[in-house]
Amino acid sequence: MMPEATGWRERFEDYGLLWGLLLVVCILSVLPLARLLLEGIAPQGELSAEAATRVLSEATTWSATRHSLVTALGGTILSVAIGCVVALVVSLTDIRARNAFVFCFVLPMMIAPQVVALAWLQLFGPASPLLKAIGMAPAMGSRNPLYSPQGIILVLGVQYAPLVFLTLRAGLRTLPRALLEAGLAGGAGPFTVLRTIVLPLMTPPLVAGIALSFVSCLGNFGIPALLGIPGNYLVLPTLIYQRLAGLGPGVLADVSVLSMLIGFIAVVGILLQDLMLSRRDFRISTTSSVARPFELHRWRAPVEAGLWTWSILVLALPLLALILASVVPAVGVPLTLKTATLANYDFVMFGHDAARRALFNSFGMSATAAVAIVAITVPLAYFVVWRRSRLLHFVNLVIEMPYALPGVVLAIAAILLFLKPLPLVGLSLYNTVWIILFCYLARFLVLGLRPVISGYYQIDRTLEEASQIAGARLLRRLVTIILPLVAPAATAGALLIFLTAFNELTVSALLWSSGAETLGVIFFSFQQGGDSTYAAALGALTVVVTTALMLSTLLMASRLPPGVLPWRD
Amino acid sequence: MARLTIERVSKSFGAFRALDEVSLEVADGEFMAILGASGCGKTTLLRQIAGFDKLDSGRILIGDATVSALHQHVPPERRRIGIVFQSYALWPHMTVAENVAYGLTVAGVRDPERSRRVAAALTLVELDGFAERRPALLSGGQRQRVALARCLVTEPSLVLLDEPLANLDVNLRASMEDEFARFHARTGTTMIYITHDQAEAMALADRIAVMDKGRLLQVATPSQLYREPTDETVAGFIGEGMVLPVEVRAVDGDGTCRADLCGHVVRMRCAPSQKPTRKARACLRASDLTIVPPASAGVDARIDHAIYQGGHFRLEAHLEAAPQMRVHLDVPEPSALRPGQSIRLHVGDGWVIPAAVEGSREARAV
Repeated sequence: MMPEATGWRERFEDYGLLWGLLLVVCILSVLPLARLLLEGIAPQGELSAEAATRVLSEATTWSATRHSLVTALGGTILSVAIGCVVALVVSLTDIRARNAFVFCFVLPMMIAPQVVALAWLQLFGPASPLLKAIGMAPAMGSRNPLYSPQGIILVLGVQYAPLVFLTLRAGLRTLPRALLEAGLAGGAGPFTVLRTIVLPLMTPPLVAGIALSFVSCLGNFGIPALLGIPGNYLVLPTLIYQRLAGLGPGVLADVSVLSMLIGFIAVVGILLQDLMLSRRDFRISTTSSVARPFELHRWRAPVEAGLWTWSILVLALPLLALILASVVPAVGVPLTLKTATLANYDFVMFGHDAARRALFNSFGMSATAAVAIVAITVPLAYFVVWRRSRLLHFVNLVIEMPYALPGVVLAIAAILLFLKPLPLVGLSLYNTVWIILFCYLARFLVLGLRPVISGYYQIDRTLEEASQIAGARLLRRLVTIILPLVAPAATAGALLIFLTAFNELTVSALLWSSGAETLGVIFFSFQQGGDSTYAAALGALTVVVTTALMLSTLLMASRLPPGVLPWRD
Repeated sequence: MARLTIERVSKSFGAFRALDEVSLEVADGEFMAILGASGCGKTTLLRQIAGFDKLDSGRILIGDATVSALHQHVPPERRRIGIVFQSYALWPHMTVAENVAYGLTVAGVRDPERSRRVAAALTLVELDGFAERRPALLSGGQRQRVALARCLVTEPSLVLLDEPLANLDVNLRASMEDEFARFHARTGTTMIYITHDQAEAMALADRIAVMDKGRLLQVATPSQLYREPTDETVAGFIGEGMVLPVEVRAVDGDGTCRADLCGHVVRMRCAPSQKPTRKARACLRASDLTIVPPASAGVDARIDHAIYQGGHFRLEAHLEAAPQMRVHLDVPEPSALRPGQSIRLHVGDGWVIPAAVEGSREARAV
């Protein structure tokens, strides 16, 4: 009746699963970046500084770097300003309809940046039906004011303000009420409390938000591609894109150097964040309940009006402009009830082969990535949360890399990795959907891991131990006990991955090939080819799908750990 | 059913020694309580027996098989034990029947055998008719019974109960205590009951193992533990004992001796091996003390506090001869005694605690 062995089978299952997962993480997260680094040291397998010297002595490299820094810093400053104000107002005051506002505020972040850029172009362009309606449209044929560094900064700022908002909001949630009340009791007014207590304590999330916003602005491709390329204002991601698109893989050594350059800037940004936070102790020691909102009294209605006006300006108006542009029969035709048409939608959904393929590809790859990442992260989070070790701490960091670094870095790394057929099996992933899927898995792994980890933190571990005592081995415990318990969090993670991949352009712009198009790529090529009505229709479609999926998640929101769905307050 | 043997088990977390050479033998079918304040190491010991943690040194055997040793560790899923967790740990996504059936499913037991055994287990804990409910819809006591049924359905050799009554209200506790006792009588399973509540341990257990700071202080029957503690900490912990220094003058052959408490000579119980000594310690109970007229034999004390406890006053006092020696006793109401008053106390009984070295060796050798 007693155990016949000392559990070799349990150990095998345990270690087998752990090392299997570590192998997957290494292939997805470590291998591509290591390959890119190798290319930097020894291009084409030979130790040489020739490519690096050539690229770094070109004027275009440095002008693109300068443009990247200008737009990224500008976008960051704008997003931090907007994000901070909104986070403070939403968290510390008694405004009404908080959830609805947060949903609208965060929505632009979930929509593809290139679609947002097009929406803004439509809003400010000479053909803008909205500006025409108020008689403020620029003259026909004049240049759209958004085709400029200022335009890029504006749209970047609007796009990533929610990022800053979310990190700061998460920090403000944990701010204990007693700290604020102690300040007020000491005779300080609300604004003094804000300046001397709230903001200093919120330095860590604020700095984290700044770093996140900077890295995102730096790596963004869609916005500078739509707004910068027409005016030949190139940033590093668009420069890489143009080199690769124009000359093919022959310039791999050069674009590797460029992608390492942008990766370097991103790493400096992240390290600066660490440096700033390591110099002071920001730990909050009390654990009293969360801060009660300040009452705005007669200022409440004006503040609410201000917030909703903002939503209308940056969300409703651009999207309306996009939708109006999508029902115009052709560029330049005035829009009236008579001329309005759904033909553009019909064309992009059914009339255009590549668009139809892209719809299929994007749906398929996003869904596959979402499901596969959940399958990896549910067991992986088990080890990360419940078997802490230095190795797993390292894994946790490594998974972050492909997402933290600009997308072009991962794309170039993937090209280097898969340009030649795979050894042993002789299969080539290059120029297929599989290389894009690989990048989705690598890049979005962390998006799935975070919610699943917070899901684990909500489980009482004795639930697992009870099934272990009942005789269930690890795999059975994972499937019968843990998976059902983390299912809501995992579903939220999967949706987040699906939405991000579905709206993605940065990676696929460099990796697509005929037959392996994505929605982002088709959208971009419509826009590049001057078919902005088709682009608007396609963009509007993705907005509808994205918003619908986001709304659908609110149905299960009560079963989720707080903070898993960014668009739910 | 199986006996459990724990041999010199130690476990440290960093510099903190959670278990310090703990040895314990639990007989087949015995109900053993492990009693101690929180942080004493009782939960660590439970996790060692269950196999959730690996030990640093020592050995644990279930029956004749070694389940934990330095280079040998049978995983929990192979130990065939049952645990009733403090939080019950019922799976919220399964019905009561599915919770109970889980262990059988894992063991490869199929219907109709499985549903027959699940039904029998639910009958045993008087939960027929609840099979299709979700745990969230049950009361605390019902959840407790589901946890019990789930742990017993696979007929484990050993059942560990981790403070199973801690989350229940007082009234429910008493009835669940009865239930555990009847249950143990009916099934005859070896049970290890972890608790911080000495009344619970006394009411239920065949023997009690008292733990403190990672060490096992004494293992004995409830009555032995109360009457003959072998350790000062145990004496103070169980039944609010008073530990006072005495001088053992003469040892009689019948297990008693004459002890001198500040000049008051008292007949006390002692171990057969007790030797006369100037430095002994005695354990007295509140009920051993009575107030006598000033002229009678006794020891003088001065009252510090008189606390009304419903029906009687608890008097806290110190001895006049040695103010650092504090005593307490209960006097029925009405009582005119007030703080500051002097009283003469007669000591009717007491137990001379065996010398410390001997005591700790005895506890470890059990």
